[in-house]
Amino acid sequence: MTLSYYLVLAAILFTIGAVGVLVRRNAIVVFMCVELMLNSVNLTLVTFARATGTVDGQIMAFFVMVVAAAEVVVGLAIIMSIYRTRRSASVDDANLLKY
Amino acid sequence: MTPDAEVVVSTGEAVVFWVLGPVALAGALGMVFSRSAVHSALWLVNTMLALGVFYVVQSAPFLGAVQIIVYTGAIMILFLFVLMLVGRDSSDSVVETLRGQRVAAAVLGVGFAGLVGAGIARATQDLPVAATSAAQAERNIPAIAELLFTRYLLAFEVTSALLITAAVGAMVLAHVEREPGSRQSQKELSRARFLTSDRPQTPSGPGVYARANSVAAPALLPDGRADGSTVATGVEPQEVEQMPRPTGREQLGNPDAALGTLDGTPSGTPGGRAGGEHR
Repeated sequence: MTLSYYLVLAAILFTIGAVGVLVRRNAIVVFMCVELMLNSVNLTLVTFARATGTVDGQIMAFFVMVVAAAEVVVGLAIIMSIYRTRRSASVDDANLLKY
Repeated sequence: MTPDAEVVVSTGEAVVFWVLGPVALAGALGMVFSRSAVHSALWLVNTMLALGVFYVVQSAPFLGAVQIIVYTGAIMILFLFVLMLVGRDSSDSVVETLRGQRVAAAVLGVGFAGLVGAGIARATQDLPVAATSAAQAERNIPAIAELLFTRYLLAFEVTSALLITAAVGAMVLAHVEREPGSRQSQKELSRARFLTSDRPQTPSGPGVYARANSVAAPALLPDGRADGSTVATGVEPQEVEQMPRPTGREQLGNPDAALGTLDGTPSGTPGGRAGGEHR
């Protein structure tokens, strides 16, 4: 087993997350799929950091985590306020900007 | 990257990978395919824990701990909080809004995974594992700290601005502003009650002064009539035997006994009996 196994696993996880974003209609689940994609990219960064023997990749993964935390806070607040006005968390119901 | 570097990882790590890799994959698939959003969140926790172990195995113990604490501990709990606020029953509808969208997404996903996976596997099949000594592995956190506060100091400082902006933004978005004056004061409420209805007091509950406190037992008015308006809607009102009404001083008996405070011998009057039961 080589390090590329980790990278292939990360690619598959990323793809599953992307398919989830396309398929699911619940805004919160779509958000979770985005989180999965971020996580898989983190796995790639950590793996490359190990391959190069430095910790730069780990620091990048760390920053990704920080930004993801901030993004989740704001995104969930937006979903909450949409739910409050439209009484629905489905991405199909937030269509006021549709032509 | 030295050309003679080790390419194959240790057997123990391979075992960890082959045990936890399927677990992570199952978590991801379960998240996409489970109908309830709460189940999706729990599957995602599964995947994130497996990834945290991967980080630890790949000589990044700090990131592994941060992954488990921040992602599974904080972010997923936040997700669950919002799920509970929005309502657990807000599951996805099975109806496709765009026809053939799911099939197209599945085909796209399989194609993308095949392309990227094969490309990565071919390009990195002889990716060397840099030899990390035990001392280096132990110095993981000091090494991260050194880089974080020298080369990445600006990014680290900008992070603080990002975090405070996110916190303020979340508060602004989640805050509900009441219009000033939209909340009625106690005075306005009582004035409305007295001016609009002919019955200013609170309606008595069912069973008051009757022998039952069932919702089917009407309350008794002070003059002994049953008050039909106190019976819960949808319930047939019962004819309830009422307590004998004390008419005079003799029947009331000893007021102290009725209160149940002074003498312990229960008297035969209704008031005294109540006091005795109370004890």
